[in-house]
Amino acid sequence: MLRYLLGRFWQSLVLLLLVSVIGFAVLNLAPGGPLSQFSLTPGMTQADLDRIASQMGLDRPLPVQYLDWLAHLLRGDWGRSYRDGRPVLDIIWEHLVATLLLMGVSTAIAILVGTWIGVLGALRRYSIFDYAATVGAMIALSIPTFWFGLIAIYIFSLRLRWLPAGNMYTIGNGSFGDYAIHLIMPSIVLALVNVAVWSRYMRTATLDVISQDFVRTARAKGLSSRRVLIRHILGNALLPMITLLGLQLPTILGGALVTETVFTWPGMGRLFLDSLGYSDYPVVMGLLMMSAVLVLAGNLAADLTVAFVDPRIRLS
Amino acid sequence: MSDKSSSTIFRPTRRQALGMAIAGAAGLTMPNLAGAGRAHAATPPSEPKGQVIVGFSQEPTVFNPHLPHIEVDEGIHFSVFDPLFGVDPKGNFFPGLAKEVPTVENGGISADGLEWHVKLRDDVKWHDGQPFTAEDVKFTLELLVDPKFRSWRRAGHELVQDLTVVSPTEIKWKMKEPYAPYPSILAATFIVPKHVLGAAEDKNTAPFNNAPIGTGPFKWVERMAGDHIELAANTDYFGDGPYLKSLIYKYIPDLTVLYTQFKTGDIDVIGLQWITADHYEEAKALSGTSVAVIPAATVESLSFNMERPQFKELAVRQALYHALDKKTIIDALYYGLPAPTETYMPQQSFYYNPDLPKQEYDLDKAKKLLDDAGWLPGADGIRVKDGVRLSFKNSTTAGNHIREQAQQFIQQSYRDIGVEVVISNLPPAVMWGDYWMKSEFDSVVVGINFLTGSDPDTSDYLSSKSVPAKGGAGQNTWQYASPEVDKLLEAGGVEFVPEKRKQAYLKIQETVRNDLPFLPMFQYATVRGHKSGVEGVEPNINVRIDSWDVAAWYWA
Repeated sequence: MLRYLLGRFWQSLVLLLLVSVIGFAVLNLAPGGPLSQFSLTPGMTQADLDRIASQMGLDRPLPVQYLDWLAHLLRGDWGRSYRDGRPVLDIIWEHLVATLLLMGVSTAIAILVGTWIGVLGALRRYSIFDYAATVGAMIALSIPTFWFGLIAIYIFSLRLRWLPAGNMYTIGNGSFGDYAIHLIMPSIVLALVNVAVWSRYMRTATLDVISQDFVRTARAKGLSSRRVLIRHILGNALLPMITLLGLQLPTILGGALVTETVFTWPGMGRLFLDSLGYSDYPVVMGLLMMSAVLVLAGNLAADLTVAFVDPRIRLS
Repeated sequence: MSDKSSSTIFRPTRRQALGMAIAGAAGLTMPNLAGAGRAHAATPPSEPKGQVIVGFSQEPTVFNPHLPHIEVDEGIHFSVFDPLFGVDPKGNFFPGLAKEVPTVENGGISADGLEWHVKLRDDVKWHDGQPFTAEDVKFTLELLVDPKFRSWRRAGHELVQDLTVVSPTEIKWKMKEPYAPYPSILAATFIVPKHVLGAAEDKNTAPFNNAPIGTGPFKWVERMAGDHIELAANTDYFGDGPYLKSLIYKYIPDLTVLYTQFKTGDIDVIGLQWITADHYEEAKALSGTSVAVIPAATVESLSFNMERPQFKELAVRQALYHALDKKTIIDALYYGLPAPTETYMPQQSFYYNPDLPKQEYDLDKAKKLLDDAGWLPGADGIRVKDGVRLSFKNSTTAGNHIREQAQQFIQQSYRDIGVEVVISNLPPAVMWGDYWMKSEFDSVVVGINFLTGSDPDTSDYLSSKSVPAKGGAGQNTWQYASPEVDKLLEAGGVEFVPEKRKQAYLKIQETVRNDLPFLPMFQYATVRGHKSGVEGVEPNINVRIDSWDVAAWYWA
């Protein structure tokens, strides 16, 4: 087991290094750069741009810039944003909190509702409910989130005035209830797609399990159908979901670009978009490295958990 | 209550009334947002009251006004800091931290423009309670040219030498050479505290940069990154106001959402990037809000790279101008809001030349000009002369949909006169990088604000020494070279009396109109709005941001 972990660790390190080299190269080789946003400022001159670039160290050869960045990273220094000059980790941390809140609530909704729909659909296969769930999932998957978000804002904020039209909280309020009411629309809009995904996976997994011999045996033993459902069916059908959740971890922490924009939610998705738009390389690199770590960690965690709960799987 | 433009009553604010008294209401009606259509006059409260939320579609992130920043950051700078003197919507200077605006008449500037003597207020305190003195001014002007400091801009400041603090309320300096735009540059130079920023080891990353301390009407409270910035009234403010207890700048990244939150009342003032033109009709009918069309200083043009063989000949540029259907572009794509123009100078400027020849949209004239110049249609219908096909690339920011439609429209019109346009658009970071600065383009559709504040000097754009592609320092990306314009720019740059200066700039506009390095299309118009109860919100074409007069805002 330890050997296995060590192996995965070294593998991951090499992967991370590769990701950082490629990411850095792609970012810096794209034309433009962090200073082009200032070009159209009245009175801005090429001389000013050159001077600022040199002061920021942007005129050094790329390999030098990369090694400099790497050396700092190894010492735990993720660099500072080109925009507000603050440490990259501070910035990521602030946005992570907002994203965790939104994604946490939304994922919880998606898992609970998705599992329920999936299992029910599988148990009553080809019933009206099952067809409705299938069609509903297809629709939810095909509707663009921004459109759905805007429609929700139009109905519930502009017309009915029930819910706020976005934002994480009312400035100056920030009580639990205030956060909660602001969470309703974005988390449900965001959960919608995930409910669809989860319910489809769950339905398939449940169908797989239902037809297994041990379920028939359990029923034959005379166990109540409730007990069979919870102990035998759910317990086994949820196993593949652990992997799914592990794979979704980076997506969850990466935030939702569209939903965060429509609902003005100050999370990771928006940070990524803005940093990319302003060519804020240190922040983009920070986010890139972090999501790479999360992808690797999410995979590892999923593998380990599955091995732990499923005695059929052995890691070596 | 709704504001139909037809029923709008012109009701000046205090500051405007003052401005007009000074400027003699030079026949120019400032479109008035504040109080438009209101039945009663309101006065500001005796002490700061209430909260205003301003929505911006970009996030302010740079709070040290002297680090490289974008226009939205200046919204914070104007709230937290003060310059020595500012510039009002008419282009007149008004005193800030200086007791009076230095001029040649009052002896603040010597007749040759070389010696400056500025008297400062003695009743100003920084937000931390320390007194403001001439040392702070000296520190600020020195910081701007500090080689270790990532200074935003050095033009003008580089000429300052022999900075001498005469007393805590008096400062003197000499200029290496006379530089007439310097007052306008100073009007956008916010004074920063020596006792705070001066104490920082690395001024590029000083804590001050993320928790600024100024002299302005509002004090820094906190920033929630990616969401909003909160400021509170500075009750010790030396000037008029502030009348709001709390001021919030909220970042709303999407223009549709920004407008939606204006409609729902989540924001009180819709700031930078404002209301998109397609929402104007709906917006002006909204109840409880004031919405108006405000001209901006930015001028949209079809710009040429004059070193390309296709554009070297004047007749070609003239023909292309005749084939440009401005009216249709403005009416069909921009909802008729922007004003057509013949020059780079904003029409509200004192230096604007109203006598330039009006462009005529006439395809036959365009064809004749090209025929006469020897550009004749080839086998594929595209004109050719001496082996050069009259075909060129046209670029702009990808994703700017209205501009992209304008491009396609121009492409069709030009096709009719035997000119081929190949559209090649680029994302903003690429477009305005070396591609633009180093003149790697054929032609570009671009909006440029040619002025720094209200100053008419455009040497950085029009002088033949300002071509970056030829090692110049400016932004003359057209590679425009006119000995006459060069001479006039030099003359205008050292003349301090506005009436005399004006002659040079009228002539420059005439020459540029004749030479057509770019085809002027229109001057931008923005649709701005705020809740009816917010008073004192006044547009100012000489600054880049809405909140320049935020000290005067109040709830009626």
